[in-house]
Amino acid sequence: MIEFLLDNFNYWVCVILLLIGLYAMIAKENLIKKILGLNIFSTSVLLFLISLADKEGGASPIIVPGVDVYVNPLPHVLVLTGVVVAVALTALALALTIKIYERYGTLDAEKLMEL
Amino acid sequence: MMIEHLPILVVMVPLIAAYLMPALGLWRKGLCHPLATASTFISFCISLVLTKYVMTYGTISYHLGGWEPPWGIELVVDYFSAFMCVTITFISLLAVIYSKNYVDKELPKGKTTSYYTLLMLLIGGMLGVVVTGDMFNLFIFTEIMSVAAYALVAISKKKESFIASYKYLLLGAIGTSFILLGTGYLYIITGTLNMADLSIRLQPWYGSYVVLAALAFFMVGFGIKTALFPLHTWLPDAHSIAPSPISVILSALVIKVGAYSIIRVSFTIFQPEFVTEVMPIMSVLTWVAAAAILIGSLFAISQTDIKRMLAYSSVAHIGYVILGVGLATEMGTTGGILHIFNHAMAKGALFFCAGAIIYKTGLRNIHDLAGLGDKMPITAAAFALAAVSMIGLPPTAGFFSKFYLCLGALEAGAWTFAIVILLASLLTAVFYFRVINLIYFGEHKQEEHVEVDEVPPSMLVPIVILALGCIIFGIFVGIPLSVVGPAVELLLGI
Repeated sequence: MIEFLLDNFNYWVCVILLLIGLYAMIAKENLIKKILGLNIFSTSVLLFLISLADKEGGASPIIVPGVDVYVNPLPHVLVLTGVVVAVALTALALALTIKIYERYGTLDAEKLMEL
Repeated sequence: MMIEHLPILVVMVPLIAAYLMPALGLWRKGLCHPLATASTFISFCISLVLTKYVMTYGTISYHLGGWEPPWGIELVVDYFSAFMCVTITFISLLAVIYSKNYVDKELPKGKTTSYYTLLMLLIGGMLGVVVTGDMFNLFIFTEIMSVAAYALVAISKKKESFIASYKYLLLGAIGTSFILLGTGYLYIITGTLNMADLSIRLQPWYGSYVVLAALAFFMVGFGIKTALFPLHTWLPDAHSIAPSPISVILSALVIKVGAYSIIRVSFTIFQPEFVTEVMPIMSVLTWVAAAAILIGSLFAISQTDIKRMLAYSSVAHIGYVILGVGLATEMGTTGGILHIFNHAMAKGALFFCAGAIIYKTGLRNIHDLAGLGDKMPITAAAFALAAVSMIGLPPTAGFFSKFYLCLGALEAGAWTFAIVILLASLLTAVFYFRVINLIYFGEHKQEEHVEVDEVPPSMLVPIVILALGCIIFGIFVGIPLSVVGPAVELLLGI
């Protein structure tokens, strides 16, 4: 059991981060905290992709004579694209938050619902 | 020589227009609309050529940058993709034409350039989703489409626009993260992202928990994008608050692109036998869709805001599409996919009409619309025609998709769903006939819209084209069926 947990600890970290992010998005009232939750959530997915690329004792994926084991480069490329998407999303979400604050003077989700 | 590059051009023309738009807007604001119209029109022509090509020579596979799949990115245009391309570019073209007068009056000052830029990104994103043959590409194009859609909801002049957009963004981001997670799961066990390659390499892994989890993540992720019933909470706000041409694109196309992704994932990446028998996700979808149809229609009845009523009606109609697909019979799937096109036309016409009424009178409450039939005869007639197609009376287009859906339900031995479809048609009739009745026979309550007349031609022409389309594609239902039929055979592997 312990061995099972230890062997897959990268997945456990991702699951825990994912749940923390989801919790923050649902339970927190402050709109900025919701965006932080969103960031934790999407980062956990990206971490998951990165962690599955790793190979024990793998070298960076540049062909050098005498090296046989490389880490998988494809997930890194995917994650780079994913990071760009996450940045765009966060920027848009923060811009919206600024506009909401300018218009209503509050960032509390419950107060905004009453308006 | 040109013909082999058409699959990438159909996506790149709107995207390149989106890049040129901000520079052009700085120089001459007036040129933004012609550029948007021209690029969407070119895309529309390319889609028609692609459809013709697919019908003659079969599926087109385009290797991006000359890299062979499964290593490189592959674009695949088959019957289904071509059908979606034509639908998307056709409705988008009309929405762009409609935008010309609408933008000047209904948007805040100085937003014209960003409006057209985002609109082009949205169209490019949608086209990208339907032509790509690569899972990760699908995720990226879904994100391009979604981010543009979030911003376009916020651009509206209405007071609640930012909150509606924020809500849409938060839910949409969860959806796309789930899609990425599902893609990661598939990659972890097969080592490939190409759809055709995935469908072969996944077969030995059917029954593995990883595959089941990936399927679940995809269904939830695309379910949010499609606004499938329990995940629809963002839709009524976003679709009713967005500017009217954007409401048309969101309601007629963006949620359909989500439905397209669900169909692709369940029938192309997984085998139809797997999703119907081994892991019966399809029968789950049919029940959820049946609930969506009934609850969407019931909520629509209780609305007084015309655009909000149309938005809830979209929740119901995406249910029809998913129900047809979930039945996974030939007739049912034909009805579902045909309904993508028919609903896009009818709901497009209805949102255009609602936009025209708001443009001229500023009224949104359906009880204030009384007597508008005399003032705006063409808009009112188009609204009535499209509403009849939504209800599904013959000989309009809506009748045939519902007819196929009912046949599909009976063919699958699920007569409950046939009853649901008929019952929901009655409910739909309740709220559309109420509006038609008010528009034509209602008493004038206010004297303030005495001088109201028809909207300018650039807004009237798209309304008339779509309303006539509801009749024409009902009488000549063979035209869309000639593409949908082979598409279904290819998807279900009959």
